[in-house]
Amino acid sequence: MLHTVNKSPFERNSLDTCLRLSKEGSAILLIEDGVIAAIKGTAESSKIEGAVANRPVYVLGPDVKARGLTEDQVIDGVKVVDYDGFVDLAEEHGAHNAWL
Amino acid sequence: MGAYSVNGTDFEHDEEGYILDVNNWNEDLAKVIADEEGLDMTDEHWEVVSFLREYYNEYQIAPAVRVLVKAVKKKFGKDKGSNKYLYELFPYGPAKQACKVAGLPKPTGCV
Amino acid sequence: MAEYEFDTEGVKKTFTFMNRKAPYGTVYALEVLETVLISAAFEQHANIVFADDGVYQLKAGHDTADIGMKNFSPTFGIIEMEKEDADEDEDIDMNWRIIVEKESMEARGLTEDDFKVDVEVIAAAELADIIDASDCVIGG
Repeated sequence: MLHTVNKSPFERNSLDTCLRLSKEGSAILLIEDGVIAAIKGTAESSKIEGAVANRPVYVLGPDVKARGLTEDQVIDGVKVVDYDGFVDLAEEHGAHNAWL
Repeated sequence: MGAYSVNGTDFEHDEEGYILDVNNWNEDLAKVIADEEGLDMTDEHWEVVSFLREYYNEYQIAPAVRVLVKAVKKKFGKDKGSNKYLYELFPYGPAKQACKVAGLPKPTGCV
Repeated sequence: MAEYEFDTEGVKKTFTFMNRKAPYGTVYALEVLETVLISAAFEQHANIVFADDGVYQLKAGHDTADIGMKNFSPTFGIIEMEKEDADEDEDIDMNWRIIVEKESMEARGLTEDDFKVDVEVIAAAELADIIDASDCVIGG
C-alpha cells in the first residue's frame, strides 16, 4: 500500500495519523505541503527521521523546489522522486491511501 | 415554482413538483400530487409511500432502490419484490415519482 | 435513488472508508458517508473507520437546529441497518465493520457509550493491519 500525505505537519495531524495507522514497511510519499515534513532541521523533522528507519519514504521533488527548498535539505534516507517516479510508486504498490 | 392547492390550503413546490417542506405532507396532499402525476393510488402505492415516509423520518434521506425493493418484497411477497414491480406502480420510477408523492425532497444520489 | 442496476457479480473487494474530520465544519464527513451508502448498492465488504476528529461524527446527540445545517447523524443508522441486514441474511455476502480507533477516542475523552451506533474499538497497531489488508482506501 502506498500512503501519500499532502498536508504540512505544522498544520495538520495527517502525517501523525498516517504513521500511526500504517504498517511498518509500507511506503510513504510526501507531496504538496506534505513535503515540509521531509525537511531537515525543523521542529517536525524527527517524525520522518524516525520513519526512514523502518520504511521507504519518498518526497516529490517538484513540490520541494516550488517551495524554495532544495534536495540538499531533504532528510537523509528520503528518496526524491519526480512525477514519473510517483506513477511508478503507485503502480508498484497497488492500493493507495491518501491522508488528507 | 408553484403550489398544490388542497382544500383551500396551498403547498409550495419546486419547478419539478417536489414540495418544499417535507413536514407539510398529508394524505390529501399526496392524492393531489398523485393526480397530477396521473397515478391511480392503490393500497400497494400507499404501502410504498408510507415506507418512504417512515424511512425518511428515521434516516433523513430517501432509501436506495434496493432497500425499497427489499421492503416491498417483505410486505407483498417475492414476486413483487423487484424493480419491475416498482415501475409498474410508478412508471416514471420510484425515485422520481414515489418520493414526490411521499413529499420527500428530490433524491440527489444516484443509487 | 435512481433507476440503475449494476452487475457486480463475482466482484468482491474490501473498501476502507476513513473518517478523520469532525462533522459540519467541512464537507468531508457527509461526502464519505454518501460514498459508504453508495457502496452498499454493490454489496462490497467495508471497514468504516473513524479516527482523529472523525470520532465526533458518531457522537450521540447532534443538534444542528441553531447552525442551520442538516443533522446527518440519523443517516448513520443506515450503516448500522445495512450491517445488521448483511449479518443476518445468508444471501448477502457483505461484511461491514464500524471501527473507532481507540487512541483517537481516548485522546478526546470519549468512551464507547458516547456513540450513537455500536462500534468496534480497535487500537492503532491492529487497525493498521486492517487498513493495509483492504483493496481500496477512501480517505476523508
